[in-house]
Amino acid sequence: MNVELIDIHKHFGSVRANSGIDLKILPGTIHGILGENGAGKSTLMKVLAGFIPKTRGTILLDGSEVGYSSPEGALRHGIGMLYQDPLDFPPLSVLENFMAGQVRGATMGTEVHRARLLELCTGLGFKLDPDVPAGRLTVGERQQLELARLLSSGARVLILDEPTTGISGLQKEVLFSALKSIARGGRSIVLVSHKLEDIEALCDEITVLREGIVTGTMERPFSTQALLSMMFGSEPSPAIRSGHEPGAQALYLDNVSAPGGRAGLAECTVHVSRGEVIGLAGLEGSGQEVFLRIAAGLIRPHRGRVHVGRRDMTGRGYHAFQSLGVAFQPASRLEEGLIRGLTVTEHCALGEGGGQFMVQWDTAEQDARDKIRKFQVAGTPDSPVESLSGGNQQRLLLAFLPEEPELLLLENPTRGLDLESVHWVWDHLDAHASRGAAIVFSSSELDEILMVADRVLVFFDGHIIKDERPEDTDALALGRAIAGKM
Amino acid sequence: MALETALTLTVVLGFTTLVLLLAGAPPLESYRQIVKGSLGSWGKVTHVIKVWIPLTLAACGLLYTFRIGLWNIGVEGQVMVGAVLTTYVLRTGSDGQHGQYLLAAALLAGMAGGALWAVMAGYLKTRGGVHEIFAGLGLNFVAQGLVLWLIFGPWKQPGIASMSGTETFAEHLWMPYLEGLRISPAALGMTLTSVVLTAYMLRATRFGLYLKAIGSNEKAAFLFGLRPQATMILAMVCAGGFAGLAGSFQVAGVYHRLIPAISSGYGYLALLVVMLSGFSVWVSPLVAFFFACLNVGSIQLPMVLQLDSSLSGVIQGTLVMAALAMHAMRARSRKGGGPDAGG
Ligand SMILES: Nc1ncnc2c1ncn2[C@@H]1O[C@H](COP(=O)(O)OP(=O)(O)O)[C@@H](O)[C@H]1O
Ligand SMILES: [Mg+2]
Repeated sequence: MNVELIDIHKHFGSVRANSGIDLKILPGTIHGILGENGAGKSTLMKVLAGFIPKTRGTILLDGSEVGYSSPEGALRHGIGMLYQDPLDFPPLSVLENFMAGQVRGATMGTEVHRARLLELCTGLGFKLDPDVPAGRLTVGERQQLELARLLSSGARVLILDEPTTGISGLQKEVLFSALKSIARGGRSIVLVSHKLEDIEALCDEITVLREGIVTGTMERPFSTQALLSMMFGSEPSPAIRSGHEPGAQALYLDNVSAPGGRAGLAECTVHVSRGEVIGLAGLEGSGQEVFLRIAAGLIRPHRGRVHVGRRDMTGRGYHAFQSLGVAFQPASRLEEGLIRGLTVTEHCALGEGGGQFMVQWDTAEQDARDKIRKFQVAGTPDSPVESLSGGNQQRLLLAFLPEEPELLLLENPTRGLDLESVHWVWDHLDAHASRGAAIVFSSSELDEILMVADRVLVFFDGHIIKDERPEDTDALALGRAIAGKM
Repeated sequence: MALETALTLTVVLGFTTLVLLLAGAPPLESYRQIVKGSLGSWGKVTHVIKVWIPLTLAACGLLYTFRIGLWNIGVEGQVMVGAVLTTYVLRTGSDGQHGQYLLAAALLAGMAGGALWAVMAGYLKTRGGVHEIFAGLGLNFVAQGLVLWLIFGPWKQPGIASMSGTETFAEHLWMPYLEGLRISPAALGMTLTSVVLTAYMLRATRFGLYLKAIGSNEKAAFLFGLRPQATMILAMVCAGGFAGLAGSFQVAGVYHRLIPAISSGYGYLALLVVMLSGFSVWVSPLVAFFFACLNVGSIQLPMVLQLDSSLSGVIQGTLVMAALAMHAMRARSRKGGGPDAGG
């Protein structure tokens, strides 16, 4: 199907997320939409997918104008979208999620759907168990499920918004080869990302957005140089490794085992010193999540001891850890990190003035203003957090970290950020490390870990199978360790 | 907000009209009778206010629990236990001394009783993992049983136990009322104060903010350093306190004794009121007034229009449906929203 967008505008109050965008997507191609955070990519795609109404503009499908006002309407025209934050129903099983909202086949039985799901998964190289609850899936698997559902619902144009954020390298490969085979079948794929490498690797044609307008398009072969300047106007500067001298003990896990996630964590012993920056690598669910949550007091280990600083904190709760200066930041922004329905100001108010009976709204609003400025969040104190774009939510989360933490535990802290923002974030975190805070973070980007960490721990199946300094290893060796090959 | 409320009322009227039509009653005439029966004279208005007071108090309490995402179905039982403790205190004062002090103590006891009953549901949820709806329903049965047992057992009238309730208190233990109107200005004043207080608590205090935060996302609120379980218990205390006060007023200000139907279903009705109000403090008293009118005005409906008296039950049932439909619509439009909005 030929998709043509003509002069699309989308305004949110005074924010002009899209101002006059033209775009053509040909059948059987993979079309990349590239741009840094806040460029307006998600907004444009949500308009195309019927998720939000456009302010003005025309959408032509195979040359004729269409007007739909809901994702279901768009799907009936063959346009399906995979959102940045997956929208499935966690308590339902994979199969039930797959069946949910299917346009056709309301009369077909469960078994028919099961067969259909398995057939689609085999064709695309996905491994999904139809009977586990969707809540237990990793981000990557949820994507696979959603993709299968959209295909089965008759989508001929598939939009993927930042699909490579938060998934492992292996899942990314599976995804990419699935996308290629879908495109070969004659459907179109629109791949939205701020990651140049992903887009370059996969797409036939690229459209670059910046501040709500198209700043250029390019077909293969691509010039990275040219794409970067379309994205940023100029090129960003490279970051430097932190390289702090380790100090006294900040965290000590002594032979700790705990259930949780896929693999749990088994017999883990790790010392973390003040000022150290430690990157946790591994496939999703290999134990990094459990590690961070044990260190935060969110999961109680069933064996072993946990020391924060010099104190034995085994068996204590999260709030006790918090009072020692431990700060934890979850990966899922709107599920655990931020509170949907509350504004930035209200979030600020939550964090301050503990003993007081009344909320000091003036102070909270001033605080919100300061944070917005300091952390370069595109929003206002009155913006509900769910209205911010993913990258801005991430910046806001960082803004809510305590001012002088002792131990920062961060799950995928730069997930969904463009390169420039990643550098900005690490500059900020680096300041904490220089002050003496220890930072432990997980990331699915090996490059990021190699760039900023003083030490890398590789998790495989609940065990730490590698503990090395970045200068003693490289991406290839780490990649092999992540896959369990030593 | 205004639009939403108007829409809700339209839906309610639509449903009610439909039921009346199906039952063969002339809708316009029925509405005329309801308005006449509720607002037709000062005496009738007094009746409406008598219903409005417990309804609004229970609704105030529910605003706290809804805000934190709890379905406090147990509000009905909380009203009853409030009434029971108030009766208990007032029964000690048959010697004619210290009427005001005893009344004040009785009201406090009522609030404490409601709060206690609510906290039990709260602990069953936070400690025992029993959903608050089931805990509340169970406790409602226990409370109703307690009321009946007291009336037919330990507190029965001299000589014979009767459905008409316990013995009426001496007059100095009644809440003072205006002679012509038969309503207690103190109860009315405290109810209005409760509305303002609730609005203030939800909007201006940290507690109110915590309720909203936890109700919207418990996990994230916990990570922000809040204590969801303790806050839930506190919300239950507030809800039970207001419900208990409603029970106190029923005993000390309206019936001057404990009767089997002391709560009159006002707790359940208050759930409906708050949901139909879109969980708003300011709209709730208005919707409560609307229901109070409906309640009082429809008493005569069966006689005047020769309708079966069970019809008002059907109407209330449809209203529950309307409320749930509105709730679902609102949740849909807010995507993932619970009873957390409004204000
Ligand atoms: N619902 C919304 N309300 C207000 N502003 C919004 C909303 N959604 C996005 N924006 C703003 O529009 C701009 C573009 O956002 P978005 O399309 O999400 O960017 P991208 O996906 O390229 O990172 C940002 O400044 C963002 O803050
Ligand atoms: Mg986006």
